[in-house]
Amino acid sequence: MSAAIKLLGHIGAVTRLSGRTFRVVFSRKFVDRSLLSAQMDHAGIGSWSIAVLTALFTGAVMAIQFADGLEPYGASLYTGKMVSLGIVRELGPTLTAVLVGGRVGAGFTAEIGSMNVTEQVDAISALGADPIEKLVAPRVMACIIMLPLLTLLADFVGCFGAMLVVMTDVGVTATFFIEQVLDTLVIADLLHGLAKATFFGYFIAIVGCYVGLNTRGGTEGVGRSTTDTVVAISITVLVSNFLLTKLFLSF
Amino acid sequence: MPDETIQPAPPEVVIQFKDVRKAFGPNVIYDPLNLTVHRGETLTVIGGSGKGKSVMLKMLIRLLQADSGSITAFGEEVTTMPEAKLLGLRRRIAMLFQGAALFDSLTVAQNIKYPLVEHKWGTREQMDQRVEEVLDMVGMPGIQHLKPSELSGGMKKRVGLARAIAIQPDVILYDEPTTGLDPINVRRINGLILRLQRRLNVTSIVVTHDMDSCFTVTDRIAFLYDRRMDWTGTKEEALATDFGPLREFVQGGRGTLEAEGTED
Repeated sequence: MSAAIKLLGHIGAVTRLSGRTFRVVFSRKFVDRSLLSAQMDHAGIGSWSIAVLTALFTGAVMAIQFADGLEPYGASLYTGKMVSLGIVRELGPTLTAVLVGGRVGAGFTAEIGSMNVTEQVDAISALGADPIEKLVAPRVMACIIMLPLLTLLADFVGCFGAMLVVMTDVGVTATFFIEQVLDTLVIADLLHGLAKATFFGYFIAIVGCYVGLNTRGGTEGVGRSTTDTVVAISITVLVSNFLLTKLFLSF
Repeated sequence: MPDETIQPAPPEVVIQFKDVRKAFGPNVIYDPLNLTVHRGETLTVIGGSGKGKSVMLKMLIRLLQADSGSITAFGEEVTTMPEAKLLGLRRRIAMLFQGAALFDSLTVAQNIKYPLVEHKWGTREQMDQRVEEVLDMVGMPGIQHLKPSELSGGMKKRVGLARAIAIQPDVILYDEPTTGLDPINVRRINGLILRLQRRLNVTSIVVTHDMDSCFTVTDRIAFLYDRRMDWTGTKEEALATDFGPLREFVQGGRGTLEAEGTED
């Protein structure tokens, strides 16, 4: 019971932090561009390699499994259809968010948490600036922008990984595979995935910043907070994925 | 033992805490806090570690919100001040944090310029010149390009002080300015506080449990005891006091720190 109350308390506090963040974003025309580009570089460009590796091997493994599973029905030629749908709708956005979220969110928490325990966050306020504007808003905006881009990259690479497997294991040509994928996917599939990625980007940044801003207890506290963030982001992404999928498919 | 002794300081009140209460969950810090600070004086707040002396500094610039009571600075109520006005307050009241709280990712020059940029203080050239001036003032010229990680504890404190005075505040809050420093740096920081006081004629509130530091820099002492700050007086009055907990504290009886708050 107390855990549920605590969770509700956190959700309330994250909502308030989000409100303050978006007020900053919309009231000051745009967040500080140099801070934003630094965060886009760190969160987005710095994460492309894990996004690509994850997608490449996930696409490949899915292709192996589907090719094998469809073979008894003589349908392994259609592996591309199944795999591309799975990647673009679900695995691209979700796996990218979980992995990039772990990396980026933990980084946000560690950095802001360390600043918090050394009073640097207080110093920002004391020197006449707003920690939300300096720390939270650029990170939230950067993740909202970069997560869909990373997801798009992951979608392509995932399908490419699958194509390599299907070409070698099933023996279809690249053209055949690509035609199948283009036949199967509609623009809505891609947009659903990217819309989800936008939400995941927001969740990753806001949770990472929130836990960082509430870090207490010196370096030990920073370590604890960082672990909490990784768990919280993974759960938030997976649970919200279910809700967002339901929501988007109802339209 | 009178609660309030005669104030030799100038009569103009710049800061006043009135019936301020503050608690963190079950941990009551002030119950209540009453304190007045006059223009141009250096007031030192002493008391045991972990009793919340820094909390009053943070409430004064609203990094923390008081639970109840009134805090006024320059005649304006701080506890209910709108966000937009807080910027002006924080321009007039600067704070030196305990660990200096320099931004690790910025150079010394960028750290000192931070408040100048936020308060739109002047042109780039004027800011560069101001950085040079304040670094000279704290006796550390030519270190603009260094990062905080390249500085020692004492140097960080002095850069922190340079950053605090850059914007020419009316009041400087010092949170444990000499804690964790070697004796040479302690003397240096104390000297700086005194010099700045004379040169800039600022009002200072120094929170410390270092009695040597307290006696070196202070005009008036406030003693935090049993969640109140009822005793205030001059150095001489503190030395001659017959108020037991304060006498023990002043004489450096370390047992006082542990026993504080449990005695009558």
